[in-house]
Amino acid sequence: MHKSFGEQKVLDGISFRVERGETLAVLGRSGGGKSVLLKLIIGLQQPDSGSIRVAGENMSDLGMEKRNQVRKKVGFLFQQAALYDSLTVEENVGFPLRRHTKLTDGERKKLVRTLLAQVGMERDLEKMPSELSGGMQKRVGLARALALEPEILLFDEPTAGLDPITAAEIGKLIKELKQKREMAAVVVTHDVEGARQYSNRMALLQEGKVAVEGSFAELQQSRDEYVKQFLGDGSRR
Amino acid sequence: MKYFAILVVLGVASAALSNSDSRVVLFSAKNLKTFLVGVVEWFGELGFFCGRLLRAFATRRYEFSELIRQCDEIGSKSLPLVALAGAATGVVVSLQTRASLVRFGAKSFLPAVIVFSIIKETGPIITGLMVSGRVGAGIGAQLGSMKVTEQIDAMEASAVDPYKFLIATRVIACVLMLPLLTLATDFCGIFMGWFANTMAEPISFRLFMENGFKNVLFTDFIPPTLKTTIFGLIIGVVSCFQGMQTRGGTEGVGRSATSAVVLSSLFVVLADVALVRVILTVWG
Repeated sequence: MHKSFGEQKVLDGISFRVERGETLAVLGRSGGGKSVLLKLIIGLQQPDSGSIRVAGENMSDLGMEKRNQVRKKVGFLFQQAALYDSLTVEENVGFPLRRHTKLTDGERKKLVRTLLAQVGMERDLEKMPSELSGGMQKRVGLARALALEPEILLFDEPTAGLDPITAAEIGKLIKELKQKREMAAVVVTHDVEGARQYSNRMALLQEGKVAVEGSFAELQQSRDEYVKQFLGDGSRR
Repeated sequence: MKYFAILVVLGVASAALSNSDSRVVLFSAKNLKTFLVGVVEWFGELGFFCGRLLRAFATRRYEFSELIRQCDEIGSKSLPLVALAGAATGVVVSLQTRASLVRFGAKSFLPAVIVFSIIKETGPIITGLMVSGRVGAGIGAQLGSMKVTEQIDAMEASAVDPYKFLIATRVIACVLMLPLLTLATDFCGIFMGWFANTMAEPISFRLFMENGFKNVLFTDFIPPTLKTTIFGLIIGVVSCFQGMQTRGGTEGVGRSATSAVVLSSLFVVLADVALVRVILTVWG
């Protein structure tokens, strides 16, 4: 898959596959096209060439209606959570349920509470996103991403900007989700140590290409200077 | 029509300028080329935007609850503003016209002049401009802020079409609410026109209305009121488009809000020129 913005090549022939129950951590420098990769997967942007198959469907070939059917199978946690700022926490998590399910108000509220309980936010139903800290917003964003019971989860920097304790909690949640729900997940992150805990495989991007891909142990074996530099402290643990 | 063409060219030029990021515009040959490309690009993007909006209108599942919320936001919450603007206009028209009519010995025509000027032109255009100021800025800033904080991407990722949920509802609400708000502006204008008049020379409201509406036909009232649906369409489309075009953080949001107001006001005024011509041609 290739993607450029003007003269700048962001992704230059990147290719990978993620199976059910597997978590792939995509590492790379800031501005290296990691977030673009996730937006390409969910169809928010189109690749210049190449194709993306999500749940067996080629996203580039699909019309709006069918693309939305695929999107219902995918949960997306945005970097800044992207909660709807005019809706409460409860309404945010209930938004996809209200749109895509035939649950009654009571059933939906019950499910929203369950989802929020999973991320430890069940006491903040009535709060507005502006009243929440960054970590809390990410938890709510995660609950919203899980609302439609997706087969695939995409995480854009799930631990960026969080204190180590909250970051560890989010990492733990991702790991638990993988174990409980057997979902395929792609996590874009800088956090090597976190990724080591919850991912099966890692792919390190360099200049729009996958510089190295494999388990953390395999990445540690790499003699590439860039890989060594990127893994830094994480590789010595 | 040539005056209208000049106005359109000026409008397009202003559209491109207000959409431009550059702080200083010098009309050298190179800048002129950039400027013209900017104008063409703006209209091209607007075309794509309208195409996607039409597709959103055409597909089933209508967002009635969001539409009602937007009607409240755009209609009910604009009511005090347009009522006040209409009232102020009625007073001014009454005071200014009275002095002139007294000079020509035609004071008895005052109620008719107030009624005609307000229902035929002042009411609709004041409503259009007031709503483009209030609603245009609101929509531009709200959608712009949603765009830069990835809320619109999040909506799309949740398999919800933002053009259907956010844009179509706002555009329809603008189209539906403008004529209703115009009625409120007209009423407040005429009422305060009578009030200002009766302060100078007492006259009953009933007599004032009888004199004012004696020669008013439906064709004097319906087309000017309904032309505000076009104003609503312009305000909705232009403001939503500017909001969805937002780039560059909070500065971009501010720029979108400003350009939404400037462009929607400008296009409302330009559309008014064309619509008045059409109304006069069709209904005389």
